[in-house]
Amino acid sequence: MDLLNALVALSNFVLVPAIAYGAQLALGALGVTLIYGILRFSNFAHGDTMAFGTMATILVTWWFQSMGIGFGPLPTALLALPFGILACVLLLIGTDRAVYRFYRAQKAKPVILVIVSIGVMFIMNGLVRFIIGPGDQRFADGERFIVTARDFQAMTGLDEGLALKTTQGITVVTAVIVVAALFWFLNRTRTGKSMRAYSDNEDLALLSGIDPERVVLITWLIVGALATVAGVLYGLDKSFKPFTYFQLLLPVFASAIVGGLGNPLGAIAGGFIIAFSEVTITYAWKKVLGYSLPESLEPSGLVQLLSTDYKFAVSFVILLIVLLFRPTGLFRGKSV
Amino acid sequence: MIVVEDVHKHFGGFHAVDGASLAIREGTITGLIGPNGAGKTTLFNVIAGVLKPTSGRVTMAGEDITGLPPHTLFHKGLLRTFQIAHEFASMTVRENLMMVPGGQSGERIWNTWLARRRIAEEERVLQDKAEEVLEFLTIDHLADERAGNLSGGQKKLLELGRTMMVDARIVFLDEVGAGVNRTLLNTIGDAIQKLNAERGYTFVVIEHDMDFIGRLCDPVICMAEGKVLAEGSLEEIKANEQVIEAYLGTGLKNREMVGA
Ligand SMILES: Nc1ncnc2c1ncn2[C@@H]1O[C@H](COP(=O)(O)OP(=O)(O)O)[C@@H](O)[C@H]1O
Ligand SMILES: [Mg+2]
Repeated sequence: MDLLNALVALSNFVLVPAIAYGAQLALGALGVTLIYGILRFSNFAHGDTMAFGTMATILVTWWFQSMGIGFGPLPTALLALPFGILACVLLLIGTDRAVYRFYRAQKAKPVILVIVSIGVMFIMNGLVRFIIGPGDQRFADGERFIVTARDFQAMTGLDEGLALKTTQGITVVTAVIVVAALFWFLNRTRTGKSMRAYSDNEDLALLSGIDPERVVLITWLIVGALATVAGVLYGLDKSFKPFTYFQLLLPVFASAIVGGLGNPLGAIAGGFIIAFSEVTITYAWKKVLGYSLPESLEPSGLVQLLSTDYKFAVSFVILLIVLLFRPTGLFRGKSV
Repeated sequence: MIVVEDVHKHFGGFHAVDGASLAIREGTITGLIGPNGAGKTTLFNVIAGVLKPTSGRVTMAGEDITGLPPHTLFHKGLLRTFQIAHEFASMTVRENLMMVPGGQSGERIWNTWLARRRIAEEERVLQDKAEEVLEFLTIDHLADERAGNLSGGQKKLLELGRTMMVDARIVFLDEVGAGVNRTLLNTIGDAIQKLNAERGYTFVVIEHDMDFIGRLCDPVICMAEGKVLAEGSLEEIKANEQVIEAYLGTGLKNREMVGA
């Protein structure tokens, strides 16, 4: 029995990865939830929006790298991020002008907008594959680790190591900054308040003289930034592959719905709930249990509830449970 | 000031407003009465740009405003409140008031950084205004309450307060008195009269409480089944055969209202 080693192994394989993944999901879910609150539909193109922003960032990263521009120990992608955001925002606003505005003027029902967004999803998906190809792209450079497992072992003298990847550190720091900025914006600025007003009560916002098109424009702007940041952080941490981003749609939506659609705080909580569930359920607990249980009780199997191949099932089950028992989500968003 | 010419609004085959014509004179507090389902709210929605009329025309001071969106009408000085009070539930009462008028320079995202001083100035003006309104409506103690937590009557007051944040020209009040206790109703009545006298607001008031109508409104317009039946002082309306007939058909509660 060795609780300290158990704790380190737990942190290394569960806590740290889940926190990083949770932050990425939370940023993705914030985009979904803002669109739902303000444009009032579930945007199925959000995963591919993340992919597009990430792709644009990668292209600029490659260009920077070819010019010999780097960011020291940090990934060059962080320098390229503003350009990726810009490209993504332009695409979203273009899509809104070309597609969504038409349906908005018709006061189309949410279900129609959902189907429209599926169409947009296919187009964005094709666009991304056409430009960068369907394969796996790695674009992380700079220092790989803040602390390596070996360093950690040397420092502490423990058998287990705790590795902290640079990308995980960046993910958490960036997410905290972005979320703080978003909440400051929504709660403290007049622009943010006009968005909240529109989300609270569209009719009243219109009757108060708030220009709906401006609110919509700003929403796309923020959503483009959030989606790109979320996508780039995920891509740095794992890798970039268009299909993976399409698949991310499920955990991202699950996060937004679990937290309560339309509620930004809920989206963040939802992101972490989904990430922790996914990681703990697909993690093989043999090692941690081996350290923490007396020898006689040590498990012989892997003690893995689900193989990682089934990780999306976790989001799906949580989603079903929430929809059955608390359709407005934990933080009382709008019911779906 | 507002002229409604032969407006129809159909929902499928149902004629909610069926050829209504009326004129609202500037500076009046005009009452709009009629049994439930007469089409009063629907007519308000057509005038305020929430619904597009099936046919017909609405003009304001000679200008055709048919089908203009609500935020455009707002900036022309046409405001309305809702039969079921609306509020920005996640914001405080003060913030609710300060959202009016929309279209501040702070609502352009770049200005958040580029025009900080101008925004601060605008917000200060709005805040002073909001304090004034809160005091006027005697709800200053609720300033920091979340609007979603207010009682129905308090929400109605807040709705009225919203119209006071700007210099409105004409305000449409849909059942301000519904679900409001006597004291609050008197407060609302006083506020309406004061706004009419001191700031020259024209009001159109839908209300079922005949005491309230009698105290405030002249002229009174009566609608039934989507049409305008009569216009005149409350006494004339009450004596009108058609009006009595319209109310008689609709049950005891409505009948008592006209004393028939
Ligand atoms: N959106 C709608 N769709 C269908 N019917 C409606 C709609 N809005 C109102 N109506 C119908 O139109 C009639 C008039 O309603 P309303 O204008 O609310 O009356 P009032 O305000 O005079 O009580 C009612 O019979 C109502 O059921
Ligand atoms: Mg009504």
